[in-house]
Amino acid sequence: MTTGSQVVYDGWAMLGLHGLGWLDLLQLCGHFMVLSLLAVGGAITTAPDMQRYLVQERGWMGADDFTAAVAIAQSAPGPNILFVALMGLQAAGLAGVVATMTGIMLPSSILAMNVARYGRRRAQSLPMRAFTGGMVPITLGLLVSTGWLLAEPMRERPMAWGLVLGTAVVAARTRINLLWLMAAGAIVGSLGWV
Amino acid sequence: MREAASQPVAPPAERRDPRSCRELFWVFQRLALQGFGGVLPVAHAELVERERWLAPEEFVELLSLSQVLPGPNIVNLALIFGDRHFGWRGALAGLAGLLLTPMVIVLLLAALYRQFATQPMVVGALRGMGAVAAGLVVSTAIKLSGTLKKNVMGQALGAVLGFGTFIAVGLLRWPLVWAVLGIGGVSMAIAWWRLTRKVEP
Repeated sequence: MTTGSQVVYDGWAMLGLHGLGWLDLLQLCGHFMVLSLLAVGGAITTAPDMQRYLVQERGWMGADDFTAAVAIAQSAPGPNILFVALMGLQAAGLAGVVATMTGIMLPSSILAMNVARYGRRRAQSLPMRAFTGGMVPITLGLLVSTGWLLAEPMRERPMAWGLVLGTAVVAARTRINLLWLMAAGAIVGSLGWV
Repeated sequence: MREAASQPVAPPAERRDPRSCRELFWVFQRLALQGFGGVLPVAHAELVERERWLAPEEFVELLSLSQVLPGPNIVNLALIFGDRHFGWRGALAGLAGLLLTPMVIVLLLAALYRQFATQPMVVGALRGMGAVAAGLVVSTAIKLSGTLKKNVMGQALGAVLGFGTFIAVGLLRWPLVWAVLGIGGVSMAIAWWRLTRKVEP
């Protein structure tokens, strides 16, 4: 994208297309375009199908590479959707990044903007007000569910659970910069306390 | 941005709008770069509490819409918010802010990953950050639960439906589609009924 053509060319020279042809790239992009429209609840919900396609069907990356891509994106700053960029990188270098990111983003983005514009024109209509009003409790429940599922790997660790709860209370009660809490989590974790 | 950082705690809530696409880009980039293990809590802190571009109710509504549409919530939120203010340019500005720099970072991290992935300190730090990320999402839900007071459903009914959603999705692992169509459908039907009753008598 705006990494600049120089970087992209160097990237291709360094990383290559990993033996994939242009047709493969188009198919990769096309597959992710289909998944984009199915990804209600975030791209991560389509991860099982990505794994099936990239690892089992096409053999473009190993199962451990796939798991690592999700883990890296989780631990890096930014939206978790970036695990899709890492899949493109492992399958076909930087050209693969463009293929997978364009595929996963484009259809859902166009849909989202058009639906939102339509909804905005009818914001005062009864169906729209029933939708926005009725969805609020669901959205709150889904947020708590997300927190619950993120804490899943720590179920066996009481200290980690304490950290989850402590963070929730401090962040809800104060206006502390969230980066401080994140730094505290990293320090406490690296000392082996959680 | 600098004035906002030194402002006293809890300033009077006064909504304002983003001034330009450039400002949209920088704010979304800033919030993306602070979001480890999920950007949503930071998005709430930055857009609602710091910039005051959205009231809490507006944030929940925007999130609800972003959630039922396919695609990542936070990406949809940036697109819809940007589009609302500056059309497709605004949407692109928000999206670019959210993705470009973090993408470069994640690609660089991938190159380093193999060397560090097995070091106990790194593994521990990531686990600690994961715990904080989980707690932050819950704190966002707690903060936003105040919006139920103004909601057409009323506080008690809203709490019941929210808790039901948590049981269905968090504990019983229903697919999102069933939670939204099932519990969401019931919730929207009640909202509809309450809205018509308010108008008619």
